[in-house]
Amino acid sequence: MPGMFIDVEVDAKVAADAELTKKLVEVCTVSIFAAKDDGTLDIVEDNLDECVLCDLCIQAAPKGTVRVKKLYE
Amino acid sequence: MRFYEYESKALFAKHGLPLGTRQVVNSAAEARAAAEAIGGPTVIKGQVLSGGRMKAGAVKFADTPDEAAAEFEAVLPVIVNGESARSILIEEKSPIAHEYFVSVTWDGRRKLPVVLFSDMGGIDIEEVAETHPEHLSRTHFSTILPLSERVAKEAIGAVGVTGSDLNKLVPIVYKLIQLFLEYDLTLAEINPLAKLDDGRFIVLDGHLDMEAEARGDHKALLAELGIGDDETRQARPPTEFEIAGARVNAVDHRGVAGNVVEFDGNLGLIIGAGGGSLTLFDAVRKQGGKPANYCEIGGNPSMSKVKNLTKLILSKPGVDKIAVMMNVVSNTRVDIVARGVIKGCIEAGKDPAEVIAIFRIPGAWEDEGFKILAKHGVEYCDRSVSMYEAAGRACAKMGSN
Repeated sequence: MPGMFIDVEVDAKVAADAELTKKLVEVCTVSIFAAKDDGTLDIVEDNLDECVLCDLCIQAAPKGTVRVKKLYE
Repeated sequence: MRFYEYESKALFAKHGLPLGTRQVVNSAAEARAAAEAIGGPTVIKGQVLSGGRMKAGAVKFADTPDEAAAEFEAVLPVIVNGESARSILIEEKSPIAHEYFVSVTWDGRRKLPVVLFSDMGGIDIEEVAETHPEHLSRTHFSTILPLSERVAKEAIGAVGVTGSDLNKLVPIVYKLIQLFLEYDLTLAEINPLAKLDDGRFIVLDGHLDMEAEARGDHKALLAELGIGDDETRQARPPTEFEIAGARVNAVDHRGVAGNVVEFDGNLGLIIGAGGGSLTLFDAVRKQGGKPANYCEIGGNPSMSKVKNLTKLILSKPGVDKIAVMMNVVSNTRVDIVARGVIKGCIEAGKDPAEVIAIFRIPGAWEDEGFKILAKHGVEYCDRSVSMYEAAGRACAKMGSN
């Protein structure tokens, strides 16, 4: 479920990749990403609206696989 | 943060200011014993942080130890501006020949500390300033240049005090200035500073306020005076609303959304930035608005921190609308604050377009912020609208001007 202002979409292939998940968790300053027990990606919905639009997650993953959407545009 | 009188006097005594014999007591038996030890007439004073003790009946006089014990019982339950006495100070009653007033504080307009001195002490100094301005001197001094007794001498001499009285007063006033600077005080006041029948000078009552941000630099002194870290020492105990505001600020380290002070108006304020809080609060009041609160936001608070502050303010009974206003911001993001207040309104069950009277935060990421506000139908403005004008628009929506 998206936030009120921000939604983040991650391609299934990236979400299933434990290494990329680790990287996304590391770069996000507002903890939008978390790792599940099996190492795959979890998006913390409560934190979506904390997104500061830094684009670090976009840069950490292969081009086009992570998309940050501004729901107010 | 304010000091109780007995704490102020402990600090005065530590630095050699002349004081009468005194003792803090917590029972009638202790009061009787203290009066016996003093061996003469005494003054029984409730220890509260707010003013108006005498009028409220929290200061009494006794001629004998038994009277002192009885007056202890009379003073202890007296509530002064909603505040109970922490303890009672028993002090020798001194034969007063004349009363002076001296205060060291900051002059915000001149951006300098100032010594206020009057030879009409013991009464409200605002009254002296109004009715006998020639009896009140204002002497500014530098915090950069070396301090000398000359400042004290100028302040005292300016109201016509000369001779041995001047010579005796100078070291007292000079020490008060030194205390003011050494302990990062915002106010160091002695009123009255009494000349006794025998020509000696003593401090009868004192009032010290320390800059709250400086507490960390004076931990040793505060520990010596027995002041705990959890004591806010404001003019009155914090309200539930203020405690909840402090909690909002404390649970999230990101930025500031705090220093909430409760007022009884109907316009909630989310304000801040480089003195903006005070300016905006004054602007609202000057234009007939009735603030429900004061607060300070800045330093880039998180969305959730702003949201929780918004929800808290909207939960206050009597709050009809909120005004979200800041000076031009560089280290706080407009879009994050916009998200916080809108989400706070919605989670509080209110329509942001209805409940936000005005959003005036220009600066970093304002384009993003304005898109968010426009989408939710909130009235906003940029830096071309002054803070005063923005406050006026909020007041107009409340029917205040």
